[in-house]
Amino acid sequence: MILHPFAAFGCAFLFGCGLALSGMTDPTKVQGFLNVFHQFDPTLLFVMASAVATHAILFRLIMKKKAPIFAPAFQVPARSKINARLVIGAAIFGVGWGMSGICPGPAIVSLSMFSSESLLFVVSMFLGMGIYGIDFSRVRNFITARFSPIQDPGQR
Amino acid sequence: MRDYFRLLMSCENILTGKIMDIYFPALIGGTIIGISSALLLLVSGRIFGVSGIIGGMFSADSAADLHWRVAVFLGLVCSGLFVFGFTPSNFSTDAIGNPVKTMLAGILVGYGSRLGSGCTSGHGVCGISRFSLRSLVATAVFIATGVMTVAVLGVAS
Repeated sequence: MILHPFAAFGCAFLFGCGLALSGMTDPTKVQGFLNVFHQFDPTLLFVMASAVATHAILFRLIMKKKAPIFAPAFQVPARSKINARLVIGAAIFGVGWGMSGICPGPAIVSLSMFSSESLLFVVSMFLGMGIYGIDFSRVRNFITARFSPIQDPGQR
Repeated sequence: MRDYFRLLMSCENILTGKIMDIYFPALIGGTIIGISSALLLLVSGRIFGVSGIIGGMFSADSAADLHWRVAVFLGLVCSGLFVFGFTPSNFSTDAIGNPVKTMLAGILVGYGSRLGSGCTSGHGVCGISRFSLRSLVATAVFIATGVMTVAVLGVAS
């Protein structure tokens, strides 16, 4: 559907305005929220609470529809198992989030500042996403096939 | 008795006017975030998880799949340009320390959010409002490690 990207652009534009308006593009506010032992800044709590409340209501209304406007079906995550991947991933994310006070949404919105810091952060974030995308089993097979003929001489 | 009365007055101050003045933009911004996430669900049938949508750009399986993801990316950047024009004070790079730390933080955020299938938007906002236990656990974990990181490394300045 040709209109789909334009609709997605509009949603993201509104989403980014919400982030920037609420001050989430200011890492000091985010670090202030995480700084519970010194100078706690509850701004993020208010943002999250109002966003969750609004989305909770609208989500239920929208899911009553048979299908979304520009896609054949809803693709809502159905997994319910809590596994090590989820916990370890969230833990790693939290460390980076605490170090910088930036999460993926505000990072991209902050690109509009044209500052070298925000550009460096987004490039590094893409790098981290890219590292995740590497299929390590294939890399290992490639390396063992190339560089270790001694390990299984029978096959050569 | 007078101390108690003064305490009561300050509580009232917090509960009524003052706190609303300070956190009014946060509440409005949060509501806009909730509405726009729901709108994306309505048009694309997707949860508004920034890390999932943006990370999926690198593994999109069709042109149509790539297009809407790039559109979201551009929408976020343009919204920044728009709001920055009105209130530049809402943006800051003050908390960002040296470049090595910025890079390391970026890589951890990118890798961790993909491994954990979500970030603050996907798990924190959309997941919790769907009452997903997975998202609740993930949010608790990343807030916990975030608090620990700030407690150990301190707020960058």
